[in-house]
Amino acid sequence: MGKENIKTKTPFMKVIKRHWLLLLMLLPSLLYVIIFSYVPMTGIILAFKRYQYNGGIYFSPWNGLNNFKALLISGKLGMVTRNTLLYNVAFIFLGVVFEMGSAILLNELFSKWFKKISQSLMFLPYFISWVVAGAIMYNIFNYEKGVFNHVITMLGGTAFDLYNTPAAWPIVIIFLRIWKQTGYGSVVYLAAITGLDQEMFEAASIDGASAWQKIKYLTIPSLMPTMMILVLLGIGNIFRGDFGLFYQTVRSSALLQPTTDVIDTYVFRLLIDNGDIGVSAAASLYQSVLCFITIMISNALVKKANPDYALY
Amino acid sequence: MAKEVIVMNRKRPMSRDEVAVNVVGAVLIGLFALICVIPFYLIIIASFTSESSLIKNGYPLLPSLTNFSIESYQLSLKNPVAILKAYGTTIGVTVVGTFLAVLLATMTGYVLSRKDFPWRNKFAFFYFFTTLFNGGLVPWYLLCVRYLNFKNNFTGLILPLMFSVWNMIIAKSFMSGLPMEITESAKIDGANDLVIFTKLIIPLSKPLIATLSLFSALAYWNDWYNCMLYITDENKFTLQYYLQRILGSAEAMRIVAEKSGIALPSIPIESMKMAMTVIATGPIVLLYPFVQRYFVKGLTIGAVKG
Repeated sequence: MGKENIKTKTPFMKVIKRHWLLLLMLLPSLLYVIIFSYVPMTGIILAFKRYQYNGGIYFSPWNGLNNFKALLISGKLGMVTRNTLLYNVAFIFLGVVFEMGSAILLNELFSKWFKKISQSLMFLPYFISWVVAGAIMYNIFNYEKGVFNHVITMLGGTAFDLYNTPAAWPIVIIFLRIWKQTGYGSVVYLAAITGLDQEMFEAASIDGASAWQKIKYLTIPSLMPTMMILVLLGIGNIFRGDFGLFYQTVRSSALLQPTTDVIDTYVFRLLIDNGDIGVSAAASLYQSVLCFITIMISNALVKKANPDYALY
Repeated sequence: MAKEVIVMNRKRPMSRDEVAVNVVGAVLIGLFALICVIPFYLIIIASFTSESSLIKNGYPLLPSLTNFSIESYQLSLKNPVAILKAYGTTIGVTVVGTFLAVLLATMTGYVLSRKDFPWRNKFAFFYFFTTLFNGGLVPWYLLCVRYLNFKNNFTGLILPLMFSVWNMIIAKSFMSGLPMEITESAKIDGANDLVIFTKLIIPLSKPLIATLSLFSALAYWNDWYNCMLYITDENKFTLQYYLQRILGSAEAMRIVAEKSGIALPSIPIESMKMAMTVIATGPIVLLYPFVQRYFVKGLTIGAVKG
């Protein structure tokens, strides 16, 4: 660190002297990330250990790759990895389409009250916990009492048992995620649109650009930086499942696992239900490394294509 | 300037393609907004429907006067001690946690937005790195339970949600947009960084603080995960976890039956689930109108570096 500072001609001690109060203001959050993020990072060694209560994280005996072997033997790793990846790809892609799309449309609407009311309603699902979302799911899709089957039978169809149909779950989960997230995401894009230079749009109108042309050639390209940040953040978590979403809606039904089990629910079951600390740490490490490699590669690629869009 | 443009737009007659975009937009947005709100409507009318009707006809589509009942609410609130305790825990944790979370995010964001602070990008990456790589659930859980004593402790509900890099980035982006001259001229007048932050920057950051407060409050209010991990004492359950237990198992229902002294078969389980859902969601939704106007201004995201 000291070396680099000499290079930029701000000596180490001089920065401390001049900005000690700023550094003091950083201290609480620095301590926080050190305790809650950097210290646990050292705990990844658990993946190579046979955890013993007395030994704790640092003094339990090593056991080589046995935890990873156990993980492979369970045969579930491929399935949960595939599920996590596919769900997140859908979330990222449809997230952009729905969030950016509704932000653009909301921005075009001339009726202020319609815009305000619909925006508020779209934000409503973001306000509820996954517990409540799970209760709502149950209300709608419950086989005997659910509203969904109510409507279907009323229209002369046959009742549909979602909780016994694993194949239908990807659609339901993706729908639920979009339902809950779009209101929030669209405000992020809307904030970016509001920050755009309005004269640019006026000038385009005077030059005879149609509304569609302005969206296509002005609004969407201007939203690219925001989109890239959100997409890259999404890609950085592409091997992390939204635990609440899966845990509260699937409700630990073994029957539904083939299409709904993600790495996070799997790790959680290993840890809490089986108490298998070594194996679950191995699964966690596998997940973290996958995520890290993915974000490193994608950020490097983006940086190469356009340095302005890179995350860091 | 922006205002003038809007006025100009209003006065100019809409062109044909503008009308088309507006019609398409209104239909799509309206449809999506409906889909967003209908489930809430369904839950609310189900909570006001008699148990016998719920069992016979299922959850209703339309409200009906003949099946109207407030029995589920009466019963949920008959022995309100557990609910009130859960409310108390949740409100306390939400208020304390939100205050600390907003303080941490804005303070960190401000320092990292100071362009005269030469280490800002290094520190920004130090924070950001934690979102790129983490130790996973297991070391974190062991740290919290074995070394930080989170079990049945309110710290287990407050600390895990107290700092988020995402909120810090939002704060940093917003504060980078404030004129640098504010800090500069205050420095010349002899004010120190802490005074500048509390007396000048905070009052100028109302939209940011409203937005961050709402998101932090939502995170705390809706938290069931940390309660599930760390709290086993029924007296310290949060509202959402309490709801999860009621929804999740018939066993929890039996506990309610024992406590209220009513035989199990006569407990309106189905309508009570819905009533509890409404009770657990209610107050946080009421927060929204107060902060909505700040939203779009407060929620600007920007780059980590800069």
